[in-house]
Amino acid sequence: MDATVNRPRPRPLHPVNAFLVSATATLFLGALLSDLAYAISYQVQWTNFASWFIASGLVFGGVLLLFALVGLRHADQRGRDYLLYCGLLLATWVLALLNALMHAKDVWAMMPEGLILSVIVLLLAGAAAWIGLSYRREGEMS
Amino acid sequence: MKRLALWTVAGFSVLLAACGNDANVSEDVLTSVGVAPVLPEQQRGLLPKMTIANPAQWGDQRPTVPRGYVIAAIATDLQIPRQTLVLPNGDILVAEGKGGGAPKLTPKDVIAGYIKAQGNSSVKGGDRLTLLRDGNDDGIYENRSVFAENLNAPYGLALIGNQLYVANQDALVRFDYTDGQTRAIGPPVKVTDLPSAINHHWTKALTASADGRFLYVGIGSNSNITERGMIAEVDRAMVWQVDVQTGAHKPYATGLRNPTALAIQPGTDQLWAVVNERDELGPDLPPDYLTSVREGGFYGWPYSYWGQNADPRVRPQNPQKVAAAIEPDFALGSHVAPLGLAFSTSAMGGEFAEGVFVGQRGSWNRDPPAGYKVVFVTFRDGRPVGTPVDFVSGFHSTDGKTRGRPVGVSVDPRGALIVADDLSNTLWRVTPAR
Repeated sequence: MDATVNRPRPRPLHPVNAFLVSATATLFLGALLSDLAYAISYQVQWTNFASWFIASGLVFGGVLLLFALVGLRHADQRGRDYLLYCGLLLATWVLALLNALMHAKDVWAMMPEGLILSVIVLLLAGAAAWIGLSYRREGEMS
Repeated sequence: MKRLALWTVAGFSVLLAACGNDANVSEDVLTSVGVAPVLPEQQRGLLPKMTIANPAQWGDQRPTVPRGYVIAAIATDLQIPRQTLVLPNGDILVAEGKGGGAPKLTPKDVIAGYIKAQGNSSVKGGDRLTLLRDGNDDGIYENRSVFAENLNAPYGLALIGNQLYVANQDALVRFDYTDGQTRAIGPPVKVTDLPSAINHHWTKALTASADGRFLYVGIGSNSNITERGMIAEVDRAMVWQVDVQTGAHKPYATGLRNPTALAIQPGTDQLWAVVNERDELGPDLPPDYLTSVREGGFYGWPYSYWGQNADPRVRPQNPQKVAAAIEPDFALGSHVAPLGLAFSTSAMGGEFAEGVFVGQRGSWNRDPPAGYKVVFVTFRDGRPVGTPVDFVSGFHSTDGKTRGRPVGVSVDPRGALIVADDLSNTLWRVTPAR
């Protein structure tokens, strides 16, 4: 299969994007761990942590999403996984916003929906990071 | 009224609608009133319902009073008047202040705090007591002086003999008072500290027992529904009984989420309170209430509301406490925010002679809004009956503007209702037309 040789090489993520995509996934991991801690301990401080993790994830993820959508101009140079990457970022952000509103319910009112959303958001953000960062290993993706 | 969504991007509303956050259209009829209120199912959309007062000037308009009564502004340009006290010589003391300042813990606190502030006066709290005097009984309070200043968000007021007690947001203090005095002599003496850490609900309601041996202090919860943690609720959501001589206190009744006004029923030793109940359980849940306060009684907060209706948001739950919860006497309607309570007198005339006046500052967590009026609850054989009747209304008018928010109420035994309005910073006086 020599077909790939003629296709343009996928461009790696800009280092700023690489940072943002890692940070976003990490923040949503923090949110999930905080939700778990609250579910186990009933210590309400953990829901405060979770709320701020989600809000921060929305900020980082929002900037990332903006960059990614701007990058769609060069979609033809980036390989078809780039569309999947953008789609995952969008889904992450939308569900994280939903999760932020869920977490704005007082104390236990957000359970279990908030915890479930935190799991889904982390999986989506993790998948986006996986795909996005895989671009850095040129040639492995095509 | 301004309808404010937490987020304004139009696309989100589509998203929210898809998630089942359809608007609950409620008729502007309060069902959760009276001795047996209707309690609907709990509900809360993805966003809490927020309908915030859209402040406007009174201009030539006046609040509405029943036929046969007249209303007049007896003081304007006050600095957040909250509670009043009619002194034996007819002078009126006004407590002015704005306390609180609880730290914002979550993004929600930041956003909702900003939105709710739009419905309040932007005037800084006076931290003072103003004294008003009508020297010639013509209903015009021509003399106005500052009785005391540099207080810390004073709210509750009570007079026992020649001692004037003031409940600041952090301490119960005392001034010497003699009949006719217009200015305090010297700084106040502290009777006891009051719980003031965080001070989410900062108002400290106050009234004196019939025999003058005790003071009752209403202390609000430190959260809507324990979202600042259980430790923050030590010594909160209760009424203290304070020994006037020693300053010693004990919890008199507990589980009262925010007892914002207290009064002793005339001719008895019975303490009554109006209580602000929790938010974000739905437009008609749970009812704010008026109740006689039983010594040692537990009234539900945070574990349950209106008796033994458990609140599933509280963790850990406490079925024993739920089982012990007392059902209050009389529901005032959900989210109406009662902040004033005063027993009437025969001098108020006719159908308003026997019962209580309740000042209702008005809702934020309901659409359409509720409260924004002073109601009268009729008493028969010493107990509240029927449904609340409007006594002073028109604060929130049909043009969508809110010109005032009634809070503390006092009855002048000579036949007048004094209403503090903490949005227009006005003191209103309602009298039978003569």
